[in-house]
Amino acid sequence: MDIKFSAEDLAFRDEVREFFATEYDADMAARLSGGQGSDYKPAIVAWQKKLHAKGWIAPGWPVEYGGTGWNATQKFIYETERGLAGIPDVVPFGLKMVAPVIYTFGNEEQKAKFLPRILESEDWWCQGYSEPGAGSDLAALNTTAEYAGDDYIVNGRKIWTTFAQYADWIFCLVRTSKGMRKQQGISFLLIDMNTPGVTVKPIVTIDGKHSLNEVLFEDARVPVANLIGEQDKGWTYAKALLAHERTGMAEIADSTRSLDALKRRATTEINGGQAMINDPVFQMRLSDIEMELMALEYTELRVFASMAAGGMPGPESSLLKIKGTEITQAIQELQLQLAADYGGALPEDLNAEQLGHDYAFEARGKYMYGRAATIYGGSNEVQRNVIAKAVLGL
Amino acid sequence: MNFDFTEEQTMIKDSVSRFVREEYDFDTRRGIIESDEGISRKFWSMFAELGWLSVPFAEEYGGFGGTVEDIAAVMEELGKGIVVEPYASTVVVFGGLLSASTNEALKSEVIPSIIDGSCMGSFACVEAQSRFEMADVATTATACDGGYKINGEKTVVANGGTADKFIVTARTSGSQFDRSGVSLFLVDASTAGVTVKSYKMMDGQSAATVTFTDAVVAESQLLNTTGEGMDLVDQVMPQILMGLSAEALGIMATLNTLTVEYTKVRQQFDTPISSFQVLQHRMVDTFMACEQTKSMLYRGLCQAGEDDAHELSKTVHALKATVARYGRLIGEEAIQIHGGIGMTDELNVGHFVKRLMMINVTFGDGDFHQKKFNQLSYSA
Repeated sequence: MDIKFSAEDLAFRDEVREFFATEYDADMAARLSGGQGSDYKPAIVAWQKKLHAKGWIAPGWPVEYGGTGWNATQKFIYETERGLAGIPDVVPFGLKMVAPVIYTFGNEEQKAKFLPRILESEDWWCQGYSEPGAGSDLAALNTTAEYAGDDYIVNGRKIWTTFAQYADWIFCLVRTSKGMRKQQGISFLLIDMNTPGVTVKPIVTIDGKHSLNEVLFEDARVPVANLIGEQDKGWTYAKALLAHERTGMAEIADSTRSLDALKRRATTEINGGQAMINDPVFQMRLSDIEMELMALEYTELRVFASMAAGGMPGPESSLLKIKGTEITQAIQELQLQLAADYGGALPEDLNAEQLGHDYAFEARGKYMYGRAATIYGGSNEVQRNVIAKAVLGL
Repeated sequence: MNFDFTEEQTMIKDSVSRFVREEYDFDTRRGIIESDEGISRKFWSMFAELGWLSVPFAEEYGGFGGTVEDIAAVMEELGKGIVVEPYASTVVVFGGLLSASTNEALKSEVIPSIIDGSCMGSFACVEAQSRFEMADVATTATACDGGYKINGEKTVVANGGTADKFIVTARTSGSQFDRSGVSLFLVDASTAGVTVKSYKMMDGQSAATVTFTDAVVAESQLLNTTGEGMDLVDQVMPQILMGLSAEALGIMATLNTLTVEYTKVRQQFDTPISSFQVLQHRMVDTFMACEQTKSMLYRGLCQAGEDDAHELSKTVHALKATVARYGRLIGEEAIQIHGGIGMTDELNVGHFVKRLMMINVTFGDGDFHQKKFNQLSYSA
């Protein structure tokens, strides 16, 4: 048993490191560090275009559509280096969510029309799954698409749509017929956000920011040509996607980096003249998290090894999602705890320098928005149900 | 044995409760936070008229002559409305310190103005390097013509922007971490050399950085004997922490109620989500957490009437640590069980959680107080 990388793997790692070090410069880092500010879209698009120019924008795609052709080890190395370098992931909705559905289940016209523009970051996609009445119970969705000759007429309401305000396209699960089971009669539809009858309403979250939205459809006419695969089979296509979505949620490298930053910050926060990093209680809080992360790193490696051997991500992806998000939240909680009273300050009336404790704004924002991680992508309760059923056979 | 509030306490509790229910709905609160001052002067005057601002003060100054139980009764109800007017910082903290002062002239002058609503005050005790160690005071007060000259900077001073007066910890002798040598001064916000930079906090309240540059205060503004300020703070801190914990208890109970009610109406998988055992058990845990917090508070309230400072101190540290631990549990579960809607700024849940988080770090977080508890309990 070992986790030694081959000489080729190490050479690849060095290449990735060097590319990130040169291309993800201080300017880019500064523009993307805020996460959701007004500069976010142009900044992340600029970064994605750099990745595309290098040919690294879509490691998960088959080579014929623009993938990198990397093996599983290389993909793992790439993702780890990205996280350790503090580089945000690509916007997943186009590249990681709808694209696999299009190249797996779409027709040739759809592939030709959408995939190149996704690779080039020309189209911004968003995800129209959840509805006010369909959250964990996604199949309860009732946005309807009524077949009317060349078009579907779509009516309904999607919610929690991340970055819909930037989007050119939305991929939606819509109800095209009433089946015996509610999973039947759902179709996978691509909708142009400029379609008359489509409106976006912002939702401000508890971190005070706007990344989520409601998307309303009122008699929006969508060409039948935008249907993926067969009508009423959309649930199957969406499900194929979900396991992939969850695997990416462990974010171990990102957590490693955040934990390192937290440890650094604990050297400059003092109490009674002692740095917090030397405080035995604070050390216990840190190691509670770090030990979980050390184990999860190897859990992920075990999943990765089985995938490298040809397995598909199964219920393990639920384990990675649950543990990964819980660790992420634990780091966010401890960072906010470190920020003490300053963690409550809002940036409207003063800058970080005036406040001192310059990470305090970020600590509050990340903690507050971070609460969503155990809710979205299938809540952690639902993930536990998946493990109970699929692994424990309950 | 009796854990009931007295008839008088119940009356004032009901009066605050009615105000929160009938006049302080969520939209009203939001409007107040978005206003220039961030508080309602109209409501503050009303609090004065209703006698709420007089609760902890002795009758000789025009007060109600209440105890920490009365404070807790008011604070718990204010918590249920996450009232942003500076009751805690002015009446409980500033007023509490002033009440314990040995400077009679100062008390006769200032306490009546708190009671009639004309004076808001705040305790300026945190410094950039001090974190929760209140005796870590780098701000200095040096004797000069006309009294003392104060130099230094205080951070996250609660409601500092609207405070008319501050009680300031400043070092008159000793080195940075010495408990003795810290003195308490009453400083008018308009004193030359005092600047206030106010900013909003996530709980809808505000805080300020208050800077003192050769600010001269008369010797008559000392709250007690020079260099013995920390003794006075120690004396008052239990009732301050119990007051804040009572507010937290009101918030916890409200969050639990909101969550249980929501699960009864939220349908998923063709049934109210309240029917899921996993959620039921977690709501039972948050219910028990709230009950345990209430018991810890009542333990403190009972002991406050007794004579054992050591036991009271232990209980109060345990209380603040319990509030931190269970406050976080209840807040996080409330958001999680609400799901997506719990993430929105529009829903009240997140706002209750944010106030709870601020109470958690005010005058020491859970770990800080648990360590103090350990020191009092387990020394060999």
